[in-house]
Amino acid sequence: MTTDEHNTAGGLRAQLARVSNLDRRWIFLAMGLAVGVPILLKLRFPEVPGPLAIATFNAIEAVPEGSRVLIAFDYDPASEGELQPMANAMLHHCASRKHKMVFIALWPLGKQMADETIKNVLLAFHPQYQYGTDYVQLGYKAGNESVIKMMTTNIPQAFPSDASGKTLSELPLVADLESVQQVELIITFSAGYPGAKEWVQYAKSSYPDDFVLVAGSTGVQANQLFPYYPKQMEGMLAAIKGAAEYEMLVTAKYPVTKDKERFEEGRRRMGPQLVAHLLMIGLILLGNVAMVAGRSRQSRGGQGAVR
Amino acid sequence: MSAHSSSDSNNSASGDSSNAQASRWIWIALFAVGAIGLACNMFLRQDGLAIRHVEITSAERVQARVVIGAGADSLAKPAQLTSDAAPLAIAAKIWVEPQDPRFATGEITRVDGVAPVIWETQKLLTRKEAAANEALQTHGDGKPAVVGANELATAAPDMQISFADTFGVWIAAFLTLAIFSFLYRDNPIYKVAESLLVGVSAAYWMVNGFWTTLVPNLFAKIAPDLVRAYAIPGLGVSEHPQQDMVLAFVPLTLGFMLLWRLAPKGGWISVWPLAFIIGTTAGLKLVASIEADLIAQAAATMKPLVAYASTTDSSGNAVRAVSVWSSIGSIVGIVGVLSVLVYFFFSIEHKGLTGKAARVGIWFLMITFGSAFGLTVMGRITLLAQRLEFLFYDWLNLS
Repeated sequence: MTTDEHNTAGGLRAQLARVSNLDRRWIFLAMGLAVGVPILLKLRFPEVPGPLAIATFNAIEAVPEGSRVLIAFDYDPASEGELQPMANAMLHHCASRKHKMVFIALWPLGKQMADETIKNVLLAFHPQYQYGTDYVQLGYKAGNESVIKMMTTNIPQAFPSDASGKTLSELPLVADLESVQQVELIITFSAGYPGAKEWVQYAKSSYPDDFVLVAGSTGVQANQLFPYYPKQMEGMLAAIKGAAEYEMLVTAKYPVTKDKERFEEGRRRMGPQLVAHLLMIGLILLGNVAMVAGRSRQSRGGQGAVR
Repeated sequence: MSAHSSSDSNNSASGDSSNAQASRWIWIALFAVGAIGLACNMFLRQDGLAIRHVEITSAERVQARVVIGAGADSLAKPAQLTSDAAPLAIAAKIWVEPQDPRFATGEITRVDGVAPVIWETQKLLTRKEAAANEALQTHGDGKPAVVGANELATAAPDMQISFADTFGVWIAAFLTLAIFSFLYRDNPIYKVAESLLVGVSAAYWMVNGFWTTLVPNLFAKIAPDLVRAYAIPGLGVSEHPQQDMVLAFVPLTLGFMLLWRLAPKGGWISVWPLAFIIGTTAGLKLVASIEADLIAQAAATMKPLVAYASTTDSSGNAVRAVSVWSSIGSIVGIVGVLSVLVYFFFSIEHKGLTGKAARVGIWFLMITFGSAFGLTVMGRITLLAQRLEFLFYDWLNLS
């Protein structure tokens, strides 16, 4: 190696080593741009439904039309970005299958999330749905897994009245509902505890053949839930990717004519995902190259050792 | 050599200082550009300021008398009453719209001397809806400004700015930016937003706990009439009120015992309810974990290494064939479970075959952690995307 080449290589190594000291605020800014610019440009990429989304779609399709479905909103606004697209698409799917829906929440703010979804999706796209006969909002119940356990034996004890204070006997849809074994499908939108894991543990495991269980889960929780699929949970949507794939399947079979954006939230958020992931991969590679370069400099005499 | 190192160190220090100075100016310039952009968006664009509109609808109800003949069910469906209904028995009063068609048919009659109830409902409009209403209103006569298929639309509904909702959007945007500001450095605005979040959350949980736990589970058992009168009008009537009341004193007593730990003496009293909580929770979780996580998961792992799938041959007959990918999946799953179990088996030193198996287990664990990290990153980016969508679309109206 000539002296010039040696100097050039050394300079490159020094530059790379300086990357280790990069102010992290530049990385934050880069991430902000990587997410923000695709949002502004409405960047989208085609999605191919994966096996989990297809299984979830098929599980709901397999339930006879007009079945009674229990939908648990086990999340709050902090997870709305990931779970709301799933909730929108699933409510539209269930309503398109003419399922009768019973809403509950194991998270305090889950009731509000359910109310918003009922207003924006169920009543907006399926105005024929009537309260009491086609859907019922039982609201939030404190008690976490105890509520699920109680619902396997005595729903009226767990929920003596609906969210507005009417007793269950006044509402035809739930007047005869004694336990969750009487519903054909349970859907949970799960952001953590209590959520899908508890539904598997306290409801599905005790009555594996009585109902179908599907879950929409946040990315953080998804790894915990994968082992339950497909035996203990017939369907599962993992993170925004799952939501985007499921949206595709639902809108392909049950298209909407107005306010289509409502069922494109998942796909809309996959554009920024791709760019942000590319940035992260680039940064990880750059960080590793910088680390190797730094070590190399150190081993060559400790000049400009990485701090 | 020492002098050389010292010189390097000084050069490096002065380089860092100048870099920091340059970096600071770059950030100031970026913030200035951002602020100018915001100002331009707000004052130069027609829809640059986030303003929320609501549609006002007036409603009126008058009291009417309806005669019930077929039992209480008819009260819910008075329209079903006909002249050949069951013998008239009860006269009930209900609130109906002044234009209720049953007035004309004589099924209900207006109650004299009772003033009508009038109120307004507000429906939050989306930007599209607000723009459409605005177009209708600006036309003056309530007809659409644009001639087209929608010309037969109804008159423009009463619409006004909702200061509460507009203020809400601005507060939400400010708090979002305040939290983001921590990415630059810790600062008082971030502290305010953080403290607000903590305070509101704590208060919310406290109020929520009172209304969703104490009132229905304790007070409703001890004083059901009082709770029915002031808190839960729809509270059902218990078949065994005395028994419920006596039983409710058990958790009440345990609750007081739990609070005893705050007293200067007798802290041991709180240990009993704690023991009760731990015992019941452990019992509840143990059964569920054994059933769902141990037995069911072990059963799911016990599957044939060579998987078969039903398919059809060239002549269309159903045959069973080896499914390569399912078989690979089964083998990977079983190897993964066994090797990770070996890794966590510390009674034998990880040497030789055990060490190699444990090494494979580490690889499986690392892949699992990587997958968990990837999914977490995906979740966090989604949250950022949602917040930016809020800022761009709801606050800055950039769409």
